[in-house]
Amino acid sequence: MSGKPKLYYFNGRGKMESVRWLLAAAGVEFEEEFLETRDQYEKLLQSGFLLFQQVPMVEIDGMKMVQTRAILSYIAAKYNLYGKDLKERALIDMYVGGTDDLMEFISMLPFLSAEDKEKQLAVIVQKATSRYFPAYEKVLKDHGQDFLVGNNFSWADVHLLEAILMVEEKKSDVLSGFPQLQAFKARTSSIPTIKKFLEPGSQRKPVPDDKFVETVRRVLCMYYDVKAN
Amino acid sequence: MSGKPRLTYLNGRGRMEPIRWLLAAAGVEFDEVYLETKEQYDKLIKDGFLLFQQVPLVEIDGMKMVQTRAIMSYIAGKYNLHGKDLKERALIDMYVEGIADLMQMILMFPFSPPDAKEKNLESIKERATNRYFPVFEKVLKQHGQDFLVGNKLSWADVQLMEAILAVEEKLPTVLSGFPQLQVFKNKMSNVPTIKKFLQPGSPRKPPPDAHYVETVLKVFKK
Repeated sequence: MSGKPKLYYFNGRGKMESVRWLLAAAGVEFEEEFLETRDQYEKLLQSGFLLFQQVPMVEIDGMKMVQTRAILSYIAAKYNLYGKDLKERALIDMYVGGTDDLMEFISMLPFLSAEDKEKQLAVIVQKATSRYFPAYEKVLKDHGQDFLVGNNFSWADVHLLEAILMVEEKKSDVLSGFPQLQAFKARTSSIPTIKKFLEPGSQRKPVPDDKFVETVRRVLCMYYDVKAN
Repeated sequence: MSGKPRLTYLNGRGRMEPIRWLLAAAGVEFDEVYLETKEQYDKLIKDGFLLFQQVPLVEIDGMKMVQTRAIMSYIAGKYNLHGKDLKERALIDMYVEGIADLMQMILMFPFSPPDAKEKNLESIKERATNRYFPVFEKVLKQHGQDFLVGNKLSWADVQLMEAILAVEEKLPTVLSGFPQLQVFKNKMSNVPTIKKFLQPGSPRKPPPDAHYVETVLKVFKK
């Protein structure tokens, strides 16, 4: 056992990507085990390692953690990315809740029917530009600091950068009305641990493709189209 | 200003109910503002009260908090219902998130089309009895303690209690295979703050009815 956290998931973004981002931002090396076959998954289920029979699962500090939010919260707190007190934590939790909702629209995309995909893309851009980005733009403008909370780098900043890049992959000029976010993106991308994660060869996963969708469907026996919100 | 937390939501369970449960369990009194019209909701948005244009909104300790999880995490942290250290917090968070997944199915149920209701009820039953309840049954059996984490009442216990009662409303015999959970339910019912919350006249809201569904659709109409 290496002592490094070990991530169990598909070889793709999905719900694990935010965990990869956060560990990377914290400068923590981690290992990954990729689910490729139904057999592997059933073995994992039988092992009792998956508390609610689901992945993501992260082995960390002797725990087999499941539930993405719980995992992220633990990592954030452990590596001092969760604010200095309860109120800062509250702000971080609120901001992360927003970026989470936004990224959820995007992560659903590959699993929607062709006609829903088109509609969903429009929803993503609309929500990003009229609900979420304006909120973070205002936070940054109001306090004029480099980071979202407490003038200190936190989980909220990592999560926001991840969300920005994901939306930009769908619409490259989406930040055009948001000067604060543009500056935020540039600044945060140059933080050494994040810069490293953004370079080729890191454990960052690419935009989900058909192979990823096929693998997820096969392993989870999920052969229906997810319904858009 | 009363100093009490103030909750803004519809007059019904929805996403605010777990917050009501948690505040009540912590023995914290709170005020409520009920959204009844789209105009009220639009005004809240226009006045800049809702960070992401959504409710629940809880005004607490000078903050206008949104995002259910953030709100509950804050309340749990403030009132010592979030474990004594990071590892206990991790367990509580895992349990709470699992329960939230189950509660999400119940939350959405009143909004399912009539021809899907039977199937959705079956899904709730399947998930409760095969995925979620067995986990908590096992946790309680293994450590033999009254509460899920750290031998102390926590956010996880309150959420589990809420979930058990919500599922029982739909499936009255659902706990029949879960003796530990039956004992847990009784013990929790006798925790003084929870006992009080379970009595008539408390801020606890009734199961969603047609009027509630109608109000939701009206207030949040795009």
